[in-house]
Amino acid sequence: MAIFVDQHTKVIVQGLTGGQGRFHGLRNKAYGTQVVGGVTPGKAGQDVEGIPVFDSVEDAVKATGATASFIAVPPKAAPAAILEAARAGIGFVVCITEGIPAQDEARVFATLQRDFPATRLLGPNCPGIISPGKCNIGITAGEIAQLPTASGPNVGIVSRSGTLTYQALYELKQQGIGVSTCVGIGGDPVPGTSFVDCLAEFQADPETHAIIMIGEIGGSAEEEAAEFITNHVTKPMSAYIAGVTAPAGKKMGHAGAIVSGGKGTAQGKMDALRMAGVKIGLNPTEAGSLMAEIVNNLR
Amino acid sequence: MDLFEYQGKQYFAKYNIPVSAGGVAHTVDEAVVEAEKALYPVVVKAQVQVGGRGKAGGIKLATNADEVRLHAGNILGMDIKGHVVKRVWIEHASDIAEEYYASFTLDRAAKQHLLMLSAQGGVEIEDVAAKDPTAIVKLHINPINGLSLATARQASVDAKIPEKALDGVADMLVKLYECFTKGDCDLAEINPLILKPTGEVHALDAKVSLDSNAAFRHPEWEEYAATEELDAREQLAREKNLQYIGLDGTVGIIANGAGLAMSTLDVVNQVGGSAANFLDIGGGANAELMTAALEVINSDAKVKSIFINIFGGITRGEEVAKGIVEAVKRVTLRAPIVIRLDGTNAEEGRKILAEAGIPDSQLTSRPTMLEAARAAVALAK
Repeated sequence: MAIFVDQHTKVIVQGLTGGQGRFHGLRNKAYGTQVVGGVTPGKAGQDVEGIPVFDSVEDAVKATGATASFIAVPPKAAPAAILEAARAGIGFVVCITEGIPAQDEARVFATLQRDFPATRLLGPNCPGIISPGKCNIGITAGEIAQLPTASGPNVGIVSRSGTLTYQALYELKQQGIGVSTCVGIGGDPVPGTSFVDCLAEFQADPETHAIIMIGEIGGSAEEEAAEFITNHVTKPMSAYIAGVTAPAGKKMGHAGAIVSGGKGTAQGKMDALRMAGVKIGLNPTEAGSLMAEIVNNLR
Repeated sequence: MDLFEYQGKQYFAKYNIPVSAGGVAHTVDEAVVEAEKALYPVVVKAQVQVGGRGKAGGIKLATNADEVRLHAGNILGMDIKGHVVKRVWIEHASDIAEEYYASFTLDRAAKQHLLMLSAQGGVEIEDVAAKDPTAIVKLHINPINGLSLATARQASVDAKIPEKALDGVADMLVKLYECFTKGDCDLAEINPLILKPTGEVHALDAKVSLDSNAAFRHPEWEEYAATEELDAREQLAREKNLQYIGLDGTVGIIANGAGLAMSTLDVVNQVGGSAANFLDIGGGANAELMTAALEVINSDAKVKSIFINIFGGITRGEEVAKGIVEAVKRVTLRAPIVIRLDGTNAEEGRKILAEAGIPDSQLTSRPTMLEAARAAVALAK
């Protein structure tokens, strides 16, 4: 088991013929992901190293039976690409595009909610998702992810930041701890998939025995996660929140990472998670070590 | 990107939101010219992006040219909470019967637009929220449905806006919502939204924050970028396309990825140091990017040591190391570097760094983030 994606997931890449789409699409395929097609309007009939290209998502789904889409197109085109995937019946859409206007993100999310409730969007502006040994969609370097074991214990990772996601994967690999699924939800103001969505899936996944969560300043997603953990998550957790020293009013790289009006501080988020029984590391390594202790206790 | 009041008012005007006629002035003489155009009495308002201007003496009424000279002279160059006033906005003084508050933002938790409306305006909305939370009406708006005039009117009734102002406020809300959505604002706020004795509703102030991700469809925003207040380091970083934020500490920071860069600031702080900046060079970390980053850090006289924190994912350790070695050759650095290189092929990368022939006084390598932070902080003391 794993969450959201596994060895059966069939993926198409929207923007496969572009620089990013080609690079990461081929890497994902080399990792063992079933990358069954690509979509670029006007380029039907072509192929990218044997992966067939289609004019539309609808055509690609009909021909390949794809269930997931990996969107690697520029910010102007991304909102339409997400909705096109949903309209074609894709159930899981991963959008790595950085720089989509917040107004567009809000409209896309509301449209998905109203018209395509069966479609889950991961991102935008996220590194993607990997279920080690089964499926890798996005820009994560597959080799830094430790394979899960049949007997466990295995850890699920959910994170708002890309490089800190890799850091978490790496810390666990150093400790020889298997990963069930690692989800990067992205650093934008309106993420399609939230911490809570991932925590619910990890809680229900028999192959996940503990969860590590990496948050950052801005918004209230971590506080909402803390409330959910209190009420619904029984699996042990550790967490790290980036941005303790971030000054108010400055966006720290991510569009969503900003402390404003005294809200969204790292301290507030850590306090909320600690109250929910989550072990808090003051840096990524410490969160990894805390997870190692948790896993050793489970063994 | 935050706009100054006068820019916010000009932005409002594009969406037919009524604002006072006025003009911006950089000198006392310009202020008098603008005042003559706006007709006396006028208000001379300091243009700074910080609250509490009135209390600081940055907003004054003037009834003739001498008074404009006096107030503009005092206000230009004034320091308001660390912001030096470079320009004043001169507008015709409005008669005020009542003051309200209205704003639109994105509520990230609800993933919907949020209207906040109150019949108690002209004061800090946070104070109203603390004293009497029921005085603020909060209404969520689904972005694909938008805001109708009827809904806006009902919200105004709920906020206890008096009967005589209802139509004007509702109309204003619909226009402000259009400015917020079509104008790609993160925040569009009017405080105070005034009712004049003549019955008209009018925006007496404007607080607008724009979503820089939407700049591609707003070529008119370029003029705002020109007045953005960046320090010299931030200006240089912008020219080199780097994600940089200047801070006050002594340890220069370079990291790949926003989260890792934030985390690096935290770890430096934890071991007793202070960061001079936030700098995310993105995933690549090649020689060009690294050179540009080092040049920006090098321009900061306060920097005593430089902490490069790189986690190689797809970019392998040896490529990152080669980039760093090349960059160090190109830039004459004033401060020593401590590197933490981890991730894919980190061992090979560290070997390249060790064998590059760069003296230890200039560059040292540490295997973990914490050890590297300690070393960098020790060098900065």
